[in-house]
Amino acid sequence: MTEGGIKHRVESGRDLQALEKKGLELLYPGRPRIAVAMASCGRAAGSGRIYESIGDELERRGLDASLVPAGCPGLCSREPLVTVLEPGKARIYYSGVQPADAGPLVSALAGGEVYQKRALGAEVEDRLVVTGRQIDLGPPPGNLGLLADLDFYRPQVRLATRNCGCINPFSIHEYAARGGYRALAEALAGDPSGIIAEIKKSGLRGRGGAGFPTGLKWEITAGSGHDEKYIICNGDEGDPGAYMDRSILEGDPHSVLEGMIIGAYCMGARHGIIYVRAEYPLAIKTVGHAIAQARELGLLGENILNSGLSFDVEVVMGAGAFVCGEETALIASIEGHPGEPRPRPPYPARQGLWGKPTCINNVETLANIPLIAGRGGDWYAGLGTAGSRGTKVFALVGKVKNSGLVEVPMGTTIGDIVLGAGGGPDGGRKLKAVQTGGPSGGCIPASLVDLPVDYESLTGAGTIMGSGGMVVMDESVCMVDMARYFMTFAAGESCGKCTPCREGTAEILDILDRITQGGGRPEDLDTLDELSRVVKDASLCGLGQTATNPVLSTLRYFRSEYEAHIKDKHCPAGVCRNLTVYRINPELCIGCGLCAEECPGGAILGRDDQPRVISQESCTRCGACYRICPQEAIFFTGRGMPGA
Amino acid sequence: MTGNEYTDIVKRHTSPNGRVLSILEEIQRKYRHLPEEALRAAAEELNLPLSQLYGVATFYTSFSLQPRGEHIIGVCHGTVCHVKGAARVTAELEKKLGVSEGGTTGDGKFTLESVKCLGCCSLAPVVSIDGSVHARVKPETVDELIKSAIPGGAPGD
Ligand SMILES: Cc1cc2nc3c(=O)[nH]c(=O)nc-3n(C[C@H](O)[C@H](O)[C@H](O)COP(=O)(O)O)c2cc1C
Repeated sequence: MTEGGIKHRVESGRDLQALEKKGLELLYPGRPRIAVAMASCGRAAGSGRIYESIGDELERRGLDASLVPAGCPGLCSREPLVTVLEPGKARIYYSGVQPADAGPLVSALAGGEVYQKRALGAEVEDRLVVTGRQIDLGPPPGNLGLLADLDFYRPQVRLATRNCGCINPFSIHEYAARGGYRALAEALAGDPSGIIAEIKKSGLRGRGGAGFPTGLKWEITAGSGHDEKYIICNGDEGDPGAYMDRSILEGDPHSVLEGMIIGAYCMGARHGIIYVRAEYPLAIKTVGHAIAQARELGLLGENILNSGLSFDVEVVMGAGAFVCGEETALIASIEGHPGEPRPRPPYPARQGLWGKPTCINNVETLANIPLIAGRGGDWYAGLGTAGSRGTKVFALVGKVKNSGLVEVPMGTTIGDIVLGAGGGPDGGRKLKAVQTGGPSGGCIPASLVDLPVDYESLTGAGTIMGSGGMVVMDESVCMVDMARYFMTFAAGESCGKCTPCREGTAEILDILDRITQGGGRPEDLDTLDELSRVVKDASLCGLGQTATNPVLSTLRYFRSEYEAHIKDKHCPAGVCRNLTVYRINPELCIGCGLCAEECPGGAILGRDDQPRVISQESCTRCGACYRICPQEAIFFTGRGMPGA
Repeated sequence: MTGNEYTDIVKRHTSPNGRVLSILEEIQRKYRHLPEEALRAAAEELNLPLSQLYGVATFYTSFSLQPRGEHIIGVCHGTVCHVKGAARVTAELEKKLGVSEGGTTGDGKFTLESVKCLGCCSLAPVVSIDGSVHARVKPETVDELIKSAIPGGAPGD
């Protein structure tokens, strides 16, 4: 491909070493290396322009440096992120970089200095997780702390995301330099059942939501005698609020490919498919590039590494349907049908794509495979809890200060993630709830911050691990509105094949709509509870079986909030417009008029420095005035409350 | 557009895996919708019942039987975007473009859509314009956003 370096087929351990050597020269060139985080999140924050501006500045000053794109190092809320590595020195992370910073950053670099204004932290060593090797970079600059000491990174152990933000995702050489494809070479020299045994020992469970033991799934597929088998990587990632799979596909695509090739060897599959949702164009492009590179070097195709293994991978792009993440629906979708699930058994491991044995694994699951194959099951099982081994990547998002992807050992508490790594809710507000598992999960109240995050504990608390979304909510979030939001999602995404899911979600949504609009009735809560249980018990696939978790969990922990909506016609968070009446306290109002300027409906009356009044007739209850008032003179009450 | 053009598209997609999806995706991209004649031509070429292609065309949100606008504005309504005010962004865009969610402007220039989650949750609320994602969108500045993202593309121009 466009990269220089090794072009001929990689056939032996020696060839792999050559690949690695070239990669080390790229990662640690004898000149400065500047990497700009250019995953989708970085690009949205403007990293494309940063990349160009830095390139222009380097050229203008005639500074010899390598400039490369990288994936996302995780701290998305501080993007655009840039790292600079000079020979013999610590790597410096810069955050919130703007195009105007390119000049001063490059000139600081030319003078061998750190650009203090945007400096975030330093890295003094690189650990190659696959091999355990450590590469010392250099001492940290005097006035800058270590990146690893930041709240956000302190609890993290980055295994599945080991290369994200570090390597150029378009370079197979850099992947190899981080120990990539070594585990594959070792695996191909050994016995498939030995690797499956290591994966079983590792305790790895599927990261796509259901948590099925990966080693067992591989064993079953391996044992399904057939000369044609498939391995599918599930990159549909439909859970709104989770994006670790996107980040891995965009930042470290070869880790997933390597996991798939090892899987193909273990299970005897010849064909691989990576199914990526249509909303992820950059992931599709990056993975496609990686496949072409691997094919060019003979790491995909016939007789891989002279082992006799023949395996190739293609990308299939989804077309916008959440239910296609469900494995049988995904298969139907690849076969050219609407993505409707079918009853299991037969499980895909016995009868999957085109009726052939098929192993379906999630992106993050597969990214862990080279580590386990390389370092052994015991090593991996040394992290996490008894029932949930290893690490999990969480998308720590919502009303939280440090937002991004965090990878922590299983069993880390909600508090350590949300309040520790996340730094708690933004703007000093109070934590109200944490939502995990997306539309299939539930809301845990702030009182459960000490809950360890593992499969069993989360299920016990009425939610699920799911794919790892973790949405932080403060007092400004209405839990009834959240339940309604997720039901809107589920009702819209229900494929319609089975009645409980199709009719049940619509009926529940109707009731929630009514409650949030002020028409709630006392008996609604019992009906919601009953209906939710029926949909859970009677639906055909995981979508319906979990769709009512958001309702059940909010009913369990936030019942009084539902009651306020129904009895007092009051939304305590001020989110449900129909229930909310805004007023101005004349004693606190200083008549600055900011609210009137902000009001889109011209509903704020009054002049000069007189206290303002809200015309309830024109008020659209958008809350803009409430948010802008510097005096906190604007407040809201429920429609059915005294004084409203 | 002749039946042959559609047949050529079908012939380019040779892998059986995801074949129907990738063919319809290419037709959708090129013609901004799935014309009836395209579905007929593809069904014939693939030797599949037309009802199957129609089923696929109406099941997935990426496909549309009516022409979509030249520019697609997708407001993300993922969980985080929802709690950070995506509804207000959509409302403002509806006002500015004079269409409701899912609709296309009379001049065929813009389609306003709701998208599920773009996976840029730490930068919410986000909006995608013709595939590129814009971070931390405010309702007050959607005008400027469209102007800067689409050259000569101010709504109502
Ligand atoms: C409605 C629904 C949506 C799903 N979406 C995804 C998804 O987006 N990604 C994923 O990996 N698994 C998803 N799953 C789980 C898959 O069915 C399957 O269990 C998983 O891909 C297996 O891989 P794993 O064992 O590595 O987790 C979904 C399941 C259901 C019921």
